[in-house]
Amino acid sequence: MKIRYLVIITISLSFLSLFVGVSRITPMNLLDFKSEETEIFLISRLPRLVAILLAGAGMSIAGLIMQQLSRNKFVSPTTAGTLDATRLGILVSMLLFTNASTIEKMIVAFVFALAGTLLFMQILDRIKFKDAIFIPLVGLMFGNILSSIATFFAYKANVIQNMSAWLQGDFSMIMKGRYELLYISIPVLIITYLYANRFTVAGMGEDFSKNLGLAYKRVVNIGLILVALITTTVVLTVGMIPFLGLIIPNIVSIFKGDHLQKTLPHTALLGAIFLLICDILGRVLIYPYEISISLMVGVIGSGIFLYLLFRRKAYA
Amino acid sequence: MIQVRELSKFYGKKAVVEKVNVDIHRGKITSFIGPNGAGKSTLLSMVSRLLDADTGEVLVDNDDVRKMKSNDFSKRVSILKQSNFMNVRLTIRELVSFGRFPHSKGRLTAEDLRIVDQSMDYMDLMEMQNDYLDELSGGQRQRAFIAMVIAQDTDYILLDEPLNNLDMKHSVQIMKILRRLVDELGKTVVIVLHDINFASVYSDRIVALKEGRVVKDGPTNDIINSEALKEIYDMDIPIKQMKNCRICVYFDS
Repeated sequence: MKIRYLVIITISLSFLSLFVGVSRITPMNLLDFKSEETEIFLISRLPRLVAILLAGAGMSIAGLIMQQLSRNKFVSPTTAGTLDATRLGILVSMLLFTNASTIEKMIVAFVFALAGTLLFMQILDRIKFKDAIFIPLVGLMFGNILSSIATFFAYKANVIQNMSAWLQGDFSMIMKGRYELLYISIPVLIITYLYANRFTVAGMGEDFSKNLGLAYKRVVNIGLILVALITTTVVLTVGMIPFLGLIIPNIVSIFKGDHLQKTLPHTALLGAIFLLICDILGRVLIYPYEISISLMVGVIGSGIFLYLLFRRKAYA
Repeated sequence: MIQVRELSKFYGKKAVVEKVNVDIHRGKITSFIGPNGAGKSTLLSMVSRLLDADTGEVLVDNDDVRKMKSNDFSKRVSILKQSNFMNVRLTIRELVSFGRFPHSKGRLTAEDLRIVDQSMDYMDLMEMQNDYLDELSGGQRQRAFIAMVIAQDTDYILLDEPLNNLDMKHSVQIMKILRRLVDELGKTVVIVLHDINFASVYSDRIVALKEGRVVKDGPTNDIINSEALKEIYDMDIPIKQMKNCRICVYFDS
């Protein structure tokens, strides 16, 4: 898996993504700046592409950080309650401030995502039986508890339908003015890269980190803040995208190992590629309608996840 | 020299380590021995700052370890714990390179790379430097970790039961390597051991702990005798001299 090939694939798929859709747009149309096609291109297609790239790279990196810090290959925003905590946060912000602005929603959701992830890490510390499969199961249960709390209050407040809008990740709603929050992922990805070595060391455990003079707790906290930031921005703009943070880092780890400085670019690109493929398929399969991204990723992702599970058994 | 002064650690009301005073001499292998639950690992963890002591102090070359910056400390004292579960996929070279982390923060200089190469060469790992840790045997992995510690280039190297889960051949190999580290590179090695015969054959000094206290502390020959062992283990252990080694025959006592 050379980085060069991944870049080429990303660029070609991006190009394809820009020109797939209900309205026919060809590169030639864009030469005319005032045409309707150019407008659609700028308002819908381009934002959609940017959103896919950022969400794909972001969620994969978030998963990678979580797996590294929890030292468990099956921990990710999906399997650690982070996504559910974020959703609960959005609900709370909607109930408390009826006309919450995006930034307000974002802050409340971020606090919930961070608190939920921290709580999960605390639970993890207290579990004696650290089986690789057991821990994500605990995380899923934890997430379901949060999710049922959210559903209960949403039901009380009659916002169930509203809430299911972000239950389903969907790129068809992405338009100019509705996705810019995702740009927060860019500085987050840069910080992650700067911290790559520290995350790798932290992934070897607290004693190992202390031996090398690393401020373990601080690095873990920074990692969790980054994860919560990425998750919040993605859930708020696109919705929940399951499995992405789980399978992409695992695939990269098999081929490239766990040295974050080496694997970060691959993980980010592969995440973007995977999401692009799912999105293009979702748009083409039942054309002119669309299959939502969370369904596409769920189906393809769970298949890959099962494969990884069985492969791991054959390995151990 | 590492000086341990009146060091104690309590879990609840129970003292796991109680008022321990030990001097660890430079350029020697010192073994910590004693029955299970004697506090050997706890003591080692406190010396290496992995655990905070409740009372007492540890001085490394006259500097109080609690007052040292963690980065400075990690250039002077390194610790390897019982290599617990390691499911991180790093190659040997990547792991050994992390030994330079306290010095370079991950941005390896030419000097760092030279030391990394040297350390792997010293541990005879050059040929498998690109193999992943999770695909190695226990002995190879232990060697990789020791290579990392060599790259960390600290005067003091502390090891918590490095022979755990190793077969005889690899145990002997590791002990010989530690001996070389002391004799050739002038390192000071402190090691927690379960098998007293490894302690007897390879260490210069032995510290025996029992119920959180030091019961014996001295040159190996003063400790490896039937009376002292009786005090430590409550067992009558005959000693047999074989060439220059004193072997404790504890299997039938």
